[in-house]
Amino acid sequence: MVLKIERRVAWKSLLLGVLLAVGLSGMSQPVKAEYGDVVINNFSDAAGMRPAVFPHWFHRIRFRCKVCHADLGFKFKAGGNRITMAKIIDGKYCGACHNGEVAWSVENCAMCHSGIPGTPTHFHGSTLQRLVAPAYKPLPAKKTTDNKK
Amino acid sequence: MRVTSKPVSMMTTACLLAFLLWVSAAQAGAAGGSAAVGLMLADVSAANTFNLNLRKPKNPNAPPWEDGIHDTTNEATFKLQPPLEAYEGLPRTSFGNHVDWVKALDQGLIKPRWDRLDSNEEPFVMDLDIVRPVKASVPDVVFPHRQHTEWLFCSNCHPAIFIPQKGANQINMSAILLGQKCGVCHGKVAFPIETKTCKKCHSKPKPADWEPPLSEATLKNPWK
Ligand code: HEC
Ligand code: HEC
Ligand code: HEC
Ligand code: HEC
Ligand code: HEC
Ligand code: HEC
Repeated sequence: MVLKIERRVAWKSLLLGVLLAVGLSGMSQPVKAEYGDVVINNFSDAAGMRPAVFPHWFHRIRFRCKVCHADLGFKFKAGGNRITMAKIIDGKYCGACHNGEVAWSVENCAMCHSGIPGTPTHFHGSTLQRLVAPAYKPLPAKKTTDNKK
Repeated sequence: MRVTSKPVSMMTTACLLAFLLWVSAAQAGAAGGSAAVGLMLADVSAANTFNLNLRKPKNPNAPPWEDGIHDTTNEATFKLQPPLEAYEGLPRTSFGNHVDWVKALDQGLIKPRWDRLDSNEEPFVMDLDIVRPVKASVPDVVFPHRQHTEWLFCSNCHPAIFIPQKGANQINMSAILLGQKCGVCHGKVAFPIETKTCKKCHSKPKPADWEPPLSEATLKNPWK
């Protein structure tokens, strides 16, 4: 009899334990990265490195957009520049600054390669990603009707 | 011992249950829903909440180690700067980075370089507003070259994104929301597109007696 009760309690605890685990895993950390953070992961994962994370907010305090997007030739496209370490040590892209002169140099691998493994290339907080449904497409422009009576 | 074991485990059970409900209530994130309300409504569908699909992040300027994209098993993650530390003293907004970058620059609170190496080089600023009349009832759009050329160079926009001629570009809101035209930057790095920012672009009010044109379906409505 006593044994029976204890077994029932044990079952209940197990069930609750499972429920709790489910509840907690559902609570898995939501992504709330800073607006404008870019995860770049064209090649990193495949090479066994963490993806690179580029923080716009941090850099725009120190440089205007023009420095990177006009002078250094970064295209306006996450992952679109196909950055590699070979280009970086030749002084291109991140390497134009992360060379020990303008900013700390390239041996600090983990400062850039700090993303969660497996995170795809993406732009954090973009309006497009926040849309619930694809944007409304307007009807083809017809000749406009005036509302003058 | 045997007598007390049951109530004790029942107590634990109850505590766990309460905690579980609290967790799910917190997750449902219903506006203003407290833990107590969550308990009372626990058996009602969670579908009947507000703002189902667009939950606001609670902690907008989270430090890198809490932001969900940085790996916390990487020691260097903890050497990165938390945004709030850098934003100290900058004018705040309620969207994007929660910083008014235009004001911060105008007031000289930040001094981002125009040249990679020379911190004294001045930007090539052009003060030219372009007004774009909008057919809809929202205020007309004023595109200010000044704020843009403080940050960007002409070649960032001309000619790849915009032909440099007033009215030569077809722009509409759907394209912008999909990341084209103004949406190349707005919604990515420059301020995002949400209710609170509509009037930053739509800034020139229409005349008081302005009304949107009637649609053809209304003009030809046979049941009128
Ligand atoms: C200034 C930032 C930065 C630093 C420092 C840095 N990397 Fe990278 N690395 C990048 C970026 C950006 C990419 C492109 C990521 C991608 O597309 O996956 C990259 C790509 C890579 C790749 C894959 C592409 C390739 O070139 O083969 C490897 C491997 C890599 N890095 C290793 C390293 C190692 C090892 C170090 C330290 C010696 C290092 N990185 C330091 C920014 C950096
Ligand atoms: C220190 C260099 C740097 C500065 C300064 C900088 N950016 Fe970037 N930007 C980048 C990098 C790196 C990427 C990602 C490119 C890649 O993944 O190949 C990027 C990507 C972008 C994108 C592409 C978004 C998309 O659709 O994928 C936009 C838009 C952008 N930046 C706008 C800006 C604006 C506006 C500013 C000024 C407020 C700015 N950037 C300042 C380096 C910079
Ligand atoms: C125009 C110059 C420039 C370019 C290009 C540049 N950086 Fe930086 N970066 C800096 C400077 C300056 C710092 C601050 C360095 C310091 O404190 O010594 C910095 C700091 C950083 C930090 C540390 C941020 C923190 O929280 O402390 C990261 C991460 C970083 N850069 C990644 C990148 C990556 C990835 C790229 C290429 C995609 C890149 N940077 C390209 C100038 C640049
Ligand atoms: C952020 C993007 C952006 C930047 C940077 C920019 N422009 Fe423009 N420019 C525009 C837009 C948008 C228009 C309006 C086009 C339209 O109405 O279709 C425009 C229009 C113009 C026009 C036509 C004016 C008219 O009355 O017809 C000229 C000339 C021009 N820009 C020159 C420049 C020069 C010079 C620079 C650099 C100092 C520059 N722009 C930088 C976006 C930009
Ligand atoms: C190449 C990138 C880029 C494009 C394209 C662009 N903007 Fe901007 N815009 C910026 C940046 C960067 C700022 C500075 C403020 C910020 O970062 O939030 C800015 C600021 C502004 C401001 C000033 C806000 C203030 O507080 O004074 C207005 C208004 C604006 N943009 C409207 C537009 C409109 C309308 C278009 C399309 C015709 C457009 N922008 C296209 C990058 C861009
Ligand atoms: C980055 C600047 C910008 C922001 C922010 C912005 N708009 Fe627009 N909007 C434009 C431009 C540019 C046009 C095209 C004007 C034209 O016809 O030349 C436009 C057009 C429109 C139109 C006319 C229909 C169409 O698609 O052309 C409506 C309605 C509109 N916007 C509503 C909104 C609302 C609502 C918001 C806030 C959620 C908003 N806009 C935010 C720039 C902006």
